[in-house]
Amino acid sequence: MDALLQPWPWYVSGPLIALTMAILVLLGKRFGMSSNLETLCSLGGAGKFVDYFKVDTRPRRWNLMVVIGAVIGGFIGAHLLSSNDKVAISGDSIEKLESLGFESAGEAYLPTALFGAESLADPKVWALLLIGGFLVGFGARYAGGCTSGHAISGLSDLQLPSLIAVIGFFAGGLIMVHLLFPLIF
Amino acid sequence: MKSLLYLLVGIFFGIVLYKSEAASWFRIYEMFQFDAFHMYGIIGSALVLGVVFTQWVKKSGAKSFFGEKITIVPKEKGVARYAIGGVLFGLGWALAGACPGPMYVLFGAGYWAIIVVIFGALLGALVYGLLKSKLPH
Repeated sequence: MDALLQPWPWYVSGPLIALTMAILVLLGKRFGMSSNLETLCSLGGAGKFVDYFKVDTRPRRWNLMVVIGAVIGGFIGAHLLSSNDKVAISGDSIEKLESLGFESAGEAYLPTALFGAESLADPKVWALLLIGGFLVGFGARYAGGCTSGHAISGLSDLQLPSLIAVIGFFAGGLIMVHLLFPLIF
Repeated sequence: MKSLLYLLVGIFFGIVLYKSEAASWFRIYEMFQFDAFHMYGIIGSALVLGVVFTQWVKKSGAKSFFGEKITIVPKEKGVARYAIGGVLFGLGWALAGACPGPMYVLFGAGYWAIIVVIFGALLGALVYGLLKSKLPH
């Protein structure tokens, strides 16, 4: 039981993510977590303004069930299966983050400077979260998939487009963390 | 009944994402700093098993649990959409510290500020739909 309550090592987590994909494929679906954003736009009435969203959402309802499941899974993981929420990242990363002003590095699951209740009093934090989310949503749909859809699903099928997308994901991430973070924080 | 299956898959996936710490902003930062093997281990091991499984499905012509033939649809050809969209996604992934799966997981875990990120992501998807015909693909 104690092992279950500790953070799971990569060699347990990675295979379980592959298992998630395998189950979805064996259920006749595909593994990807960003198409639900479009389904949600369609359900929210975006089809009235943009033809792109004028689709029958019934065949896509299953991916919303996966989303609701992921929310429940997050609750279970955080509140029933964890004895604490500290993420033990490497000492080097902790030092770099502390120099950027992230005092919660190594002590929390998410940085309080971005996700803490008090930080939300700062409009800059709202802007950063909104821009981050926007880029994730826009980029994922432009690229036709996200980490699960391209980095796991697409690469597992040895798809060249997915390789290009994943190289793009990393290029973007490296630019943000190495070039833009010192300007932002 | 089938809906319940998808819900269970989602719950399982959500628990794995939380417990693996792949939903932690800090792990994403650490990955882009090359300071630990953790995220590379998760993605790498998932990928190795994923390749074995996917190639087996394709070669064996395996059927789904419901007896239908499984078809794995190839991605559309192209470079621009994957390269540009990919870089934009990566910028957001590192800033928000979350991709589309972990966003929902963090909402369930009770980090309410993630709602702003989810709202941003929905807005991003909406704007993509609006601009799609004008963007290079």
